[in-house]
Amino acid sequence: MPQHDTNALPTAQKRGFFQTLEIDLRLLGMVGAFVILCIGFDFATGGRFLTPRNIFNLTIQTVSVAIMATGMVFVIVTRHIDLSVGALLATCSAIMAMTQTQFLPQVLGLGFDHALTPWITIVIGVIAGTAIGAFHGFLVGYLTIPAFIVTLGGLLVWRNVAWYMTSGKTIGPLDTTFQKFGGINGTLGASGSWIVGALATAAALFGLLNARRNKLKHGFAVKPLWAEYVLGGIAASAILGFVATLNAYDVPTRKLQRLFDARGEVMPEGFTQSYGIPISVLVLIAIAIGMTILARRTRLGRYIFATGGNPDAAELSGINTRLLTVKIFALMGALCAISAIVASARLTNHSNDIGTLDELRVIAAAVIGGTALAGGVGTIHGAILGALIMQSLQSGMAMVGVDAPLQNIVVGAVLVLAVLIDIIYRKRTGGA
Amino acid sequence: MTTPLVEMRDICISFGGVHAVDHVSVDLHPGEVVGLLGHNGAGKSTLIKILSGAYQADSGEILINGEKVEIHNPRDARSHQIETIYQTLALADNLDAASNLFLGRELVTPFGLVDDDAMEAETRKIMARLNPNFQKFSEPVSALSGGQRQSVAIARAVYFNARILIMDEPTAALGPHETQMVAELIQQLKADGIGIFLISHDIHDVMELCDRASVMKNGKLVGVVDVDDVTDDDLLGMIILGKKPEGVDC
Ligand SMILES: Nc1ncnc2c1ncn2[C@@H]1O[C@H](COP(=O)(O)OP(=O)(O)O)[C@@H](O)[C@H]1O
Ligand SMILES: [Mg+2]
Repeated sequence: MPQHDTNALPTAQKRGFFQTLEIDLRLLGMVGAFVILCIGFDFATGGRFLTPRNIFNLTIQTVSVAIMATGMVFVIVTRHIDLSVGALLATCSAIMAMTQTQFLPQVLGLGFDHALTPWITIVIGVIAGTAIGAFHGFLVGYLTIPAFIVTLGGLLVWRNVAWYMTSGKTIGPLDTTFQKFGGINGTLGASGSWIVGALATAAALFGLLNARRNKLKHGFAVKPLWAEYVLGGIAASAILGFVATLNAYDVPTRKLQRLFDARGEVMPEGFTQSYGIPISVLVLIAIAIGMTILARRTRLGRYIFATGGNPDAAELSGINTRLLTVKIFALMGALCAISAIVASARLTNHSNDIGTLDELRVIAAAVIGGTALAGGVGTIHGAILGALIMQSLQSGMAMVGVDAPLQNIVVGAVLVLAVLIDIIYRKRTGGA
Repeated sequence: MTTPLVEMRDICISFGGVHAVDHVSVDLHPGEVVGLLGHNGAGKSTLIKILSGAYQADSGEILINGEKVEIHNPRDARSHQIETIYQTLALADNLDAASNLFLGRELVTPFGLVDDDAMEAETRKIMARLNPNFQKFSEPVSALSGGQRQSVAIARAVYFNARILIMDEPTAALGPHETQMVAELIQQLKADGIGIFLISHDIHDVMELCDRASVMKNGKLVGVVDVDDVTDDDLLGMIILGKKPEGVDC
């Protein structure tokens, strides 16, 4: 039956466990699929998949695509698409590589590894990405060229601007500090990671408490207290469990030995050191939090979703949807630049094929994460989870020894299947 | 006679070759309800969309309290306290009632973040007045019935202290009981000195709720009459035949 039971009484008595917790069933399904995937691969690889080392690697491999996927959510929510993100990443990476290896050290005479180099480089890269994104947004919003065309053209243009700038050569090695954004070369270590974990747990618990207080202040219904405790418990154990896992991955002894040798010290017997949380993951977490706040708690975010749901209604409500389009693509460009920092730092250099096919991974991550191509629906955490699922699938198959062409075939099929499941799910629940 | 609240003078707009509104003039006084009548495609919605800033007239002028104003977009209209209930309702289906009610005018916390709880509290207050049965505050409006959606659109227009209210077929999706509530609301707003343009198909509604009626046909104004001076049949003649009733000032 269609949704016609107007003013049905709130069915408070019949609410299930997950409804009481107010956890999105769709998210739960995705987490479930992810867990099954991980356990399956762990079996198939004889326990090699769920080791601290592999989890650490999975995490740092996911960051670059996940960062861009958060921006792609806004693009797709407003019924656009961006096919140029991989190419834009390459252009930003090329600009930053040239800046830190040639322009700053040689032209400005700062020399290599100057303290200011990474920061000036990042600022220039992010400005370039934002400007290019804003230009795409201008073409789409004000000149009304379909985003598909603008960014398909952009894919060719920016991929080859990067090529032209670097003559196709690999540029590196990059600045030492800059490389810390890549993952393995920049981690917090055990105690730093525990501090971050404790702060994050405190913030999560405070967030729950604050939301409850606000609801009570306005006299709205709140979850039963036990549900709040369960949610708090899940959040705390997820955060601290993640930190514990990353801390369980030790820096190889040979690498430590070299570090001590370089400093002219003797390594104590039985000395170990954990990697802990990579800085790139912190960057992703910061972006995830920022983008979630933007989506849910700012006017800009509200307008993005309203425009996606009904562009005419948004316009009639006085929202400048053209300028909004510019802002969304500019944000996407800025995120491509940040991904370029992480991706090139991870490789320790800029290579000509950096970011190739990333547009497909990013769009797939957003879509698997529940962003509807019809517009108006999508979440940041969903897109990040989507990126993680894609990466796990790819790495897992590689570990199991699946041939490369088969890997791609499976990933492609999973994308289509995920959208099919989503369509069926939305029909069942009658959601938009 | 006092200065009208709104005067639209000699308004024209065409889409491609279609003269959707062709040299139409209407006016509206405080505390007055003016009906806009006409067949589908007569140009009623287009005319009021020019007043609400959705379209820009090709020619003609708009005066508010006797002063010429420029309305380039919906924000300009809102700044003149013109509120509109669109025929299509203009709701973002993926957002809840409160987000729709405050769309473009969100309440914010001291940090500048949107204050959903405060907006929901305000929405509950106004809905308690307009449609006491309304309960679905946390669902997206796509999950609401036609009548509930209509009441969200009405609440949005009424909440922000309109001076000029445009209602484009506000009772189209409503049952008799809800229609009666809208009729009462119109009386109440009228008593508060608000001017209302009421677009309707229903001659009966117009005779009952309006002070004057403007009839349009094929983009042209047939005439403006005092509803007390005419019969239902006179209005029908104007709508169908574009014929002015005899012996009545138009
Ligand atoms: N945006 C538009 N583009 C093209 N034609 C339009 C547009 N809006 C309205 N029209 C045309 O203008 C005429 C008047 O339409 P409308 O104002 O919706 O009539 P009414 O509200 O009286 O039923 C119709 O012929 C309609 O097709
Ligand atoms: Mg109409």
